[in-house]
Amino acid sequence: MKIALLGNPNTGKSSVFNLLTGLRQQVGNFPGVTVEKKFGNIKVNGEEHTIIDFPGVYSIYPRTKDEEVVYNVLTDSECEEYPNISLYVADAANLERNLLFFSQLYDLKIPLILVLNMWDLATKRGINIEIEELQSYFPDVPIIVTNARVGMGKERLIEAIKNYKHQERNQSIIQNFNPSEKEDVKTQAFEATERFKKLKEISAKTEEIIQSKSDNYSKKIDKFLVHPFWGYFIFVGILLVVFQFIFSFASIPMDFIDGSFASISGWISNALPPGMLNDLISQGIIPGIGGVVVFIPQIALLFFFISIMEESGYLARVVFIMDRIMRPLGLNGKSIVPLMSSAACAIPGVMSTRTIADWKERMITILVAPLMSCSARIPVYTLLISIVIPKTKILGILNLQGLVLFGLYFIGLLSALFVSLIFKQFLKTKGKGFLLLELPGYKNPRWSNIAINIVEKVKVFVLDAGKIILAISIILWALASFGPGDKMKEVENSLRNKSDFIKLPKVEQQHYLASVKLEASYIGIMGKTIEPVIKPLGYDWKIGISLITSFAAREVFVGSLATIYAVHEDGEENTKLIEKLRNEKNKNGEKVYSLASGVSLMIFYVFAMQCMATLAVVKRETNSWKWPIIQIIYMGILAYTGAFVTFQMLN
Amino acid sequence: MWYELSFLLLVYLYMSSSLAEIHPGKKVIVSGIDNSHITTKLLELGFIAGTVIEVIFSAPFRDPIAIELNGSVISLRLDEASLIQVEKMVNS
Repeated sequence: MKIALLGNPNTGKSSVFNLLTGLRQQVGNFPGVTVEKKFGNIKVNGEEHTIIDFPGVYSIYPRTKDEEVVYNVLTDSECEEYPNISLYVADAANLERNLLFFSQLYDLKIPLILVLNMWDLATKRGINIEIEELQSYFPDVPIIVTNARVGMGKERLIEAIKNYKHQERNQSIIQNFNPSEKEDVKTQAFEATERFKKLKEISAKTEEIIQSKSDNYSKKIDKFLVHPFWGYFIFVGILLVVFQFIFSFASIPMDFIDGSFASISGWISNALPPGMLNDLISQGIIPGIGGVVVFIPQIALLFFFISIMEESGYLARVVFIMDRIMRPLGLNGKSIVPLMSSAACAIPGVMSTRTIADWKERMITILVAPLMSCSARIPVYTLLISIVIPKTKILGILNLQGLVLFGLYFIGLLSALFVSLIFKQFLKTKGKGFLLLELPGYKNPRWSNIAINIVEKVKVFVLDAGKIILAISIILWALASFGPGDKMKEVENSLRNKSDFIKLPKVEQQHYLASVKLEASYIGIMGKTIEPVIKPLGYDWKIGISLITSFAAREVFVGSLATIYAVHEDGEENTKLIEKLRNEKNKNGEKVYSLASGVSLMIFYVFAMQCMATLAVVKRETNSWKWPIIQIIYMGILAYTGAFVTFQMLN
Repeated sequence: MWYELSFLLLVYLYMSSSLAEIHPGKKVIVSGIDNSHITTKLLELGFIAGTVIEVIFSAPFRDPIAIELNGSVISLRLDEASLIQVEKMVNS
């Protein structure tokens, strides 16, 4: 049996879902659309039932992309997702508004169970609901009371599902309701007014307001959090703490993951007989998987903080105070969440734009999100910074290297805002953007909800980005392992015949061999082919190779350089590689990694769209290749000119 | 008679305005919503004629504003608020 969870936003619907399914949740997509479908199984009387969590909506008529799925499923009884029973979760403290969508479902003859959630909050606000009275208006709908946030009502919910009996529904709120006119705003407005007339009568008879108390606790906190000065001050402060925390703590598990995958690779390459399969697994697949897993700590940590902000009700306030600032840029207050997420990874960032109702505001947010510096850029930044930026202190306290890193993040953010402004002029749209956002009361976050949210976001990253990163890693491995004709064999043989090569220790021999083979491979040829193009930026063909391999994930840059320069990677420190790169000279005896070329490379990485996984997600979210292509082009132009100007100025 | 009518008109003009013009801390009664692409959305949120609402605070730059309505807090941009016609309450 299929059980749908329906209701308004902020009614604790996801708490009810978590209460019923616990951690046994899955995420999929509704067929044909890219809207996330959360579902889980429960056992009632030994029978397995699937619970599907629908996006929270105020009515059957959709406002955002997310909400369309509710309309599409519920108006099509042939649909695969069409529920056998629907649990309608209502906020008991705001019955009238919550009954609007309920009454539409009621008129659509959808089998319903009414869940009056947040009963404690209603009591606190001095509201009492006469359930028997309410029942008389909807005789065939079982009504139950829950406080899902504190885990109250699970047995009652299961009992109600178990005992549900389908009854003929003869009455309705509005006669002959037919929501087929999705675009006819006038009829909808008339309908909503008519419904509220009826619902007002119902709530007048069923609701007893003992003593109306508004949420003074939230009002007091809001005095600070949306204050014209303190509001921004606190938000910036929170961001600083969050990012500081992520930088200092995520590196510990990341180093561990890096090390573990390196040893697994080493172990496999020793355990399996040498040959192509061995190479594919130890140099293609395992490092590919490692390249996905290594980002998990950062993404999990960032979403830990974002979930806390969301659960507590603070995130809605951030949207509220940022809206006026973002609007002139063509963005929405809600864009702040995708932009923040993109500081970890653009993939969950792009996906979280679905809550933005306006097409133009959503598109601009998607287009600029990858300009925010993501976790994959950090290894590139830190490597380049330690090569070309001296370890001096400015004004005695500020570390120059740290300052440059901060500067790169800042350039990313600034360019995202600036580019939005430009897209705002070009994108045309019919309607005007709107906000219409509910600011929920402040609550203590529920850790179980946060944990579930993190698991979900990480899953999305691993599944969506993971398979693409892995696939490209394998393609790149092939391009790096094979070359045209017998070229690779030839260079290997000629190297083996050199006398100073034979004198080298075995490990270094291997490194040199890998280096010359890479040069002769397809990817080496590609690097050399693009050398004339990247020369004005200060790069040679070796950097060219690394730029190409970055398309799997930007941090592959570091590993590629290590292979080309035939040095052993020694984890996070990369001391040997840094030393080697510092001393690298070109034909004219000039340093390859000078201040000019180093900074030029950093700027290139700030701007360039080098992430296939993000491009794939943008394609999926926008349903067209047009937008990812625009992204590659505009970011490519930014990267090339930015790096060019930087190099020419500093050189 | 003209005198009385114009007096009533003045009182009406004084008492009615759009929600966008209301300052934080003031309670008003919704009297109607102008036609636009978001009319239905505003109605669905509960901006129904006769409902008492209060502008509780505004964001920096006075936009968007936060409105308490039946115990929940809804934020609207001034553009959206200007679609909502309200009447001032005598005692607020």
